[in-house]
Amino acid sequence: MDYKGYEVIIGLEVHAELNTKTKIYCSCKNEFGLEVNSQCCPVCMGMPGTLPTLNGKVVEYAVKMGYALGCTINPVCKQDRKNYFYPDLPKAYQISQYDIPLCEHGHLDILVDGEERRIGITRIHIEEDAGKLIHDDSFSGTLVDFNRCGVPLIEIVSEPDLRSSKEAKVYLDTIRSILIYLGISDGKMQEGSIRCDINVSVHKPGEPFGTRVEMKNVNTFSGAVRAIDYEAARQIEVLEAGGTISQETRRWDDAKGENVLLRSKEDAQDYRYFPEPDLSTIVLEESELAAIKATIPELPNKKLVRYMKDFGLPEEDAHLLVDQQEKAAFFEELTALNKVKPKNASNWILGDISRLTNETGKTIAELGISAPALADLIALTEGNKISSSVAKSVFEEMLKTGKTAGEIVKEKGLEQVSDTDALQAIVDQVVAANQKSIDDYRGGKTNALGFLVGQCMKVSKGKGNPAIMREMLLKILEG
Amino acid sequence: MELYRMTATELSEMIAHKKISSVELTRSVLDRIASRDKEIGAYLTVDEEGALAQAAKVDAKLAAGESLSPLAGIPLGIKDNICTRGIRTTCASKMLGNFVPPYNATVIEKLQAADYVCLGKLNMDEFAMGSSTETSYFQKTRNPHDLERVPGGSSGGSAAAVAAGEAIVTLGSDTGGSIRQPASYCGVVGLKPTYGSVSRYGLVAFASSLDQIGPMARSVSDTALLYSIICGQDPHDVTTARRSYSDFVAGMQPSVKGLKIGIPQEYFGEGVAAEVRESVMNVAREYEKMGAELVEISLPSTSYALAAYYIIASAEASSNLARFDGVKYGFRAAEYKNLEELYENTRSEGFGAEVKRRIMLGTYVLSSGYYDAYYKKAKFTQLMIQDRFRQAFQSCDVILTPTAPDTAFKLGENINDQIKMYMNDILTVTVNIAGLPAISIPCGRDSKNLPIGCQLIGSKFSEQTLFNTAAAYENLVGGFDLDQAIC
Repeated sequence: MDYKGYEVIIGLEVHAELNTKTKIYCSCKNEFGLEVNSQCCPVCMGMPGTLPTLNGKVVEYAVKMGYALGCTINPVCKQDRKNYFYPDLPKAYQISQYDIPLCEHGHLDILVDGEERRIGITRIHIEEDAGKLIHDDSFSGTLVDFNRCGVPLIEIVSEPDLRSSKEAKVYLDTIRSILIYLGISDGKMQEGSIRCDINVSVHKPGEPFGTRVEMKNVNTFSGAVRAIDYEAARQIEVLEAGGTISQETRRWDDAKGENVLLRSKEDAQDYRYFPEPDLSTIVLEESELAAIKATIPELPNKKLVRYMKDFGLPEEDAHLLVDQQEKAAFFEELTALNKVKPKNASNWILGDISRLTNETGKTIAELGISAPALADLIALTEGNKISSSVAKSVFEEMLKTGKTAGEIVKEKGLEQVSDTDALQAIVDQVVAANQKSIDDYRGGKTNALGFLVGQCMKVSKGKGNPAIMREMLLKILEG
Repeated sequence: MELYRMTATELSEMIAHKKISSVELTRSVLDRIASRDKEIGAYLTVDEEGALAQAAKVDAKLAAGESLSPLAGIPLGIKDNICTRGIRTTCASKMLGNFVPPYNATVIEKLQAADYVCLGKLNMDEFAMGSSTETSYFQKTRNPHDLERVPGGSSGGSAAAVAAGEAIVTLGSDTGGSIRQPASYCGVVGLKPTYGSVSRYGLVAFASSLDQIGPMARSVSDTALLYSIICGQDPHDVTTARRSYSDFVAGMQPSVKGLKIGIPQEYFGEGVAAEVRESVMNVAREYEKMGAELVEISLPSTSYALAAYYIIASAEASSNLARFDGVKYGFRAAEYKNLEELYENTRSEGFGAEVKRRIMLGTYVLSSGYYDAYYKKAKFTQLMIQDRFRQAFQSCDVILTPTAPDTAFKLGENINDQIKMYMNDILTVTVNIAGLPAISIPCGRDSKNLPIGCQLIGSKFSEQTLFNTAAAYENLVGGFDLDQAIC
C-alpha cells in the first residue's frame, strides 16, 4: 500500500469472546449458534431486580491474556457501568471496566518482514457482550436475540504503534493465535469471536500526529486491512486537497469497501461511567496470580522466531507450524528425538500430516501415528534406504496397520535399489519402450525426462533410486 | 379479638396448636381488606385466590403433622417493588403496569420456604421515590390514623396495611427512610436492616448501594420474626455479607441495663417539631430509668448526608431505571416513528414527574465533567459519614433519634414543594449512607393525635441489640396501641 509519503498511525481495540462454559454474570450457557433466545435468563436479559454475579473463570482467562502480553495485573480492580441506550443492551448499560482495568502496560512482539516489532498494549479489561439485532426480509421491523448478552469479552487496547495495514494484520493474527494457544477463546472470526475497532491518523514524517478517526464494525482481519487502507487514503486525500481531518467515528461497510460518518466529536456519547454497585471489588491474591502465570505456555510469536533461528526454517513454514498448537507440539516432539532434519520434519507435518488432518477432520493424535514412528520413517528417507514415493506408501501402511516403518519396508521388500546393474536394466527397458519420448526430448521437450524417470520408478515399483536412474537416462538421451 | 388485629407471634402459636386454621386467619384478613381498603388504598393487587389456596396448603401440612416455620400460614403483604413470580409487580408505575415477573425475589423464595401466605402487593411511591406514597401512578394511600393524611413513603402501602389490620406483617424497602418514616407516620414498627444482610435479588433497584428490604409489623417480636426469615447471604446477591445469623426471636432479651444510648444533638435541632422532640426525649428518659446510660454524642457530618444521599441515589437510579425503555417488557408508547422516539415517548409517558426528576438529576451528576464535583465527592462524604458513625459507636451502643421531623402531613400538602418533601428524609438517610441498621418504633402521639416515631440506630449487624432495646420500650408501654387505626 502506497501512503504517498505519509506515515500512518494505527491503534487497535480488539474484542475477543472468551470460551468459558457459562456467561460472565449468570449461569446461562456460553455457546454460539443455538436457537434464538434460548440461552438467556432474567439476569442476562436485565429484568427488573436481577443482579449479576461474576464468573471467576472470566477473570482467570483475562489475567492469562494479561500475562501473555506482558501486562501488569492490577490485583485490586473494579467493574463499572457504561451507560447507553440500544435495543441489544437490555439493562441499557454494559458492565465493563473504566479507570482500573484488570491488566495494563503490556506489549506484543510481532514479526513483520522478518523483523520483530514491539507493539505497546495499553490495557486489557473484562466486559459483557450485547445481544444481536436481527433484520430479515421475512418480517418487518427488528427483532433481538439475547443469546449473546453476557457472553464474556476481553477488550485488548493497543498503543498507536502500528504503522501499516500489513502490521495491523500481523498484530491481529498474532493476538488471535495467542488467544487460541491460551485456550481462552476459539478465535472463530465467522462467529464474531473476535472483532475490532480501529483508530487511524496520518501525518508527514517529522510532523506531529494527525487527528485520529475511529472506525467501528470491522469483523474480519482482511476487512481490517481494507478499512485501514481506505481510511488512510481518505485522510490523505482530504489533507492533499488542503482540508483538515476532524475527530469522528466512522462505520466500516465491508461489502461496499467504504466507511461512512457515524458521529462527530460533538455528538460523542457520554457513557456516564460509574462503579457497578451490584458487584464487589475484584481482589486477586498473589498466589492465585502466580498459579495463573505458571500456566502460560510458550507463545506462537516466540515459537515462530525460535523455529526460524534455531531450526533454520523459512518464515512461511515456521508460520504454518506455529499456526496450530498441535502441529507445533508434534514438530517439537519430532525434532527433540534428534533423529531427523528439522526441515524434513516440518515438510512431513505440513505435507502428508496436514493433508490427512484436513481430509479426515482428525487431530494428529487421532491419526494414530507417534512422533518416534514418523521419525523412523523420515530417517529411512534421509539415509536413502527408501525413496520418498515409497515413504508415502509406507506412511499409509503405518496408519493402516500400526506397524513400524522398518517392519513394513522389510516385509514388503521396499528398500531402495541403488545397485547400478539392476537399475541399468530397468532404464534400458524403459528406453526401449518409449522411443517417442526420447525423440521428444531430443527435439527440445526436456520435460519428457520427468516422464521417463516416472516410468522407471513405475517399473521398479517405486524402489529404484530416482537420482541414479535419472543420471542413467540423461547419459543415454544426451549420448 | 378479631384475628386480623393480632400479632404474628400470637397467631403462629394458635395455628401451630390448631386453635385456628390459616384459612380462617387469611379469610379474616381478606375480609378486612375488602371492607377497609377502599378507603385506605394500601393494595395494588390482592391475590385472594392464591392466598386462600396457600393457607389451605399450610392447614393440610399441619394436619399431616408436619412441623412448620413460625411464619407458616401467616398472611403477608409485599411491597410492589419485590418480584413475585406470576403476580404483577408494578413499582406503582405505569411503566411496569403490566409486568408479571417470571421469577421470585430471594426474600419471596425464603418466605415461600417458610410457608407464608401472600395477600398481594402494596402501594408505594413510584419506584420507591417519594416520602408520601403520592407519586404512585395508580392510587393514593391514606393514613389509617387520619384519612386526610399520607401514610408516609415510599413503603406507605406496607405501613398502612399493617396499621389498618390489612396484613399481619409486611415487607417494605428502605433506600433513604422508606420503611422507617411510614412506620413512624402509621404508628407501626419498621426495620431497615444492615446493608448486605437481606438479599436484594428481585427487589427492583432504585439505588443499589442503599436499598434494603425490611420487615414492618405491629410488634417488635413480629419484626424480629420476619427479619430472621428474610436475612442471610445469597449467592445471587454478591453484596450480601458472608456471615451466619442467629434466631432473633429466640435471642430476644428486652433489657437496656447498662446499655449506652447516644443522643446526637444534630438530630434534635431546628426543623424537628417540638412535640416530636419531646416524645423522643421522653423515650430516652424511660430508658435511663430502666438502667441505660444516656450519652451526648455529636454527628456533625450528618448535615452533608442529605446532599450525598440525593446525589448517590439519583445517580444509581438514573442507571438502574434506564432498562425501562419499551423494548422488552412493560409499557411502550403507542406512537413513535423511530428508535429515538420509541425511547423518548415511552419514558416520557411511562414515568411520573418525581422519577423523571431524579433520573435527570442522576444523569447530570454522572455526566462527563461533573462526576468529580458531585458523585465522587458524595462517595467521599459517604466514607466520612461511615467513619463518624464508627467513632460514635465507640462511646455508645445505640443511637436514639426521632424517625421523622414531624408527624404525617396532609395529602397534597408537600407535593409541589420538593425541598420540604426531601427534608422528610433528613433523619433517616444518614443510616442508609452509612449502611447501618435502624428500627423505628411508635412513641406516643402529638396534639393532632398522630403517631410519633422514634429511631434506634445500631452499628452494623447489631439488629439483635436494636430488637432488645425496642422491645424493652414496647414492654414498658404495654405494646403499641393501634386501636385507633384498626377500628
